Amino acid sequence: MRREPPKTAADYAPLAFPALMLTLFFVVPFSIMIAVSFFRRDPAGFYKPDFVLDNYARFLTAFFGSVLGFSLMLAVLVALCCVAIGFPFTYLLTRCARRVQTVWLVCLLSVLSLSEVIIGFSWSTLFSRTAGITNIFVALGLMDEPVALLPSFGAVLTGMVYQALPYTILVLYPALVRLDPTLLEAARTLGASPVRAFFNVVVPALRNSIVATLIMVFVFALGSYLLPQILGRPQHWTLSVLITDQAIYQSNMPFAAAMAVFLVLISLALVGLTLLIGRREEAS
Amino acid sequence: MSTLLRRLFFVAVALFLAAPLIVVAGVSVNQRQELTFPPRGFSAAWYAQIFTDPEWRAALIHSVTLAVPSAAIAVAIALPLSWFLWRRVAPWANVFRILGIAPFILPPVITALGFLSFWATVGLFGQFFTAIISHAIFFVTLPLVTLSLGFASIDRSLVEAAATMGADDRTVARTVVLPLILPYLVSGYAFAFVLSLNEYIVAYMTIGFTTETLPIKIFNALRYGYTPTMASVSVFFVALAALVFGLIAAFGDIRRLLGAMGSDR
Repeated sequence: MRREPPKTAADYAPLAFPALMLTLFFVVPFSIMIAVSFFRRDPAGFYKPDFVLDNYARFLTAFFGSVLGFSLMLAVLVALCCVAIGFPFTYLLTRCARRVQTVWLVCLLSVLSLSEVIIGFSWSTLFSRTAGITNIFVALGLMDEPVALLPSFGAVLTGMVYQALPYTILVLYPALVRLDPTLLEAARTLGASPVRAFFNVVVPALRNSIVATLIMVFVFALGSYLLPQILGRPQHWTLSVLITDQAIYQSNMPFAAAMAVFLVLISLALVGLTLLIGRREEAS
Repeated sequence: MSTLLRRLFFVAVALFLAAPLIVVAGVSVNQRQELTFPPRGFSAAWYAQIFTDPEWRAALIHSVTLAVPSAAIAVAIALPLSWFLWRRVAPWANVFRILGIAPFILPPVITALGFLSFWATVGLFGQFFTAIISHAIFFVTLPLVTLSLGFASIDRSLVEAAATMGADDRTVARTVVLPLILPYLVSGYAFAFVLSLNEYIVAYMTIGFTTETLPIKIFNALRYGYTPTMASVSVFFVALAALVFGLIAAFGDIRRLLGAMGSDR
């Protein structure tokens, strides 16, 4: 059975259900959201159909500018931390025995599948005064009395790195596990130390994967909607938190939709960039 | 020396990943309703509460009734789509592959808000089935990716052999293709199921005002203070995810599922 182009209606039949579902429940909702971003707010319901640009005009305020700036800065920091830890880790992991790799992958998947609610709750417990990590420091004699480490920027950053690290490792894993081992053997035979071989051979060979992963993790971190709320102060809120807040608590769906459209544009531009980088890597 | 450093690095990452869960596990066995670590006394009562307390039990039932059908619908969308993409030469059909992957790549708030706008506009906002469909679309990526891998791993000469011996498309699909992709189908379902159980924002924006799933219940409880049941539910979720992924690893090749194809080591 060779692959051949579909000819009869029956050939197209398997596509009907997926195409219907994805169009009706993804393309249509997405389009409605874009339309809503031009509507007016209705305090009594969800929105009033209209065509106004007010929701987008609100982007020009200093408050929105600072939220956007903070969100981007936080996402960049999270991406840098995750790749800085995740890349050497994934590299070492792919050199381990299969069994070890399997155990690690199961653990990473388990952490990755955790709800943001649970991650937020767990870290807020770990950083709390009564049940937190400072109790251990007190027991070890490093501190005089336990303190609460949240809400703070450090807590938000830690929580988000925790959430994104398994994702980073699983994104890097395929590229690193397929890395030609003879490259490294050549470097070692020519007298490079393992650390030097890592930095002079592995890192340059996977430069494009590293950049693509940075962008993927950046987009992933942009999507974090609960951790800044649970672990930080209001000034640590990101665009995603603000969208949730406007849609649910301020019941201003049009403004939330306008911000969401804006966030989509940023994410799409970056994902497009990732694909371009990936294509160039395949071509070379 | 370098082996020692590597061990230390692995231990550090493991500690980082495990630390919050260890604390939560410790907190969850406190004898009294207090947030202390190390725990004072030992009690498994907070685990029993998940099943005995009517509110937590209702949330658990909601979560399961949401995850079971939504993962099934996700597979029902992904299976014919990935079969078509594997069987036919139709580059334009890749549009649907991209549509299937998009909800997972975009920030989840966006997909959630899209569903909120949609269900509010068609007037079905708050109905339980809207969350099932929303989750099915949101998580269709997972079975789509595992099934695409599964189809790519099929040796086409097997299929050709069956066709030469007179099997029609339907027979080939049932007797050759289906058994070969079954592990990928099961893991796709399992991935979607576990993530649907844990999902908060889409569930909250579709049915959050009328129904509490477990993550919604934990978040609402978190806003009104602390109960140890939150900790025991969290531990329960971690254990469940580890069990499901452990089973996939035991019966399938999880390294292959995560993209280690073509590596012969």
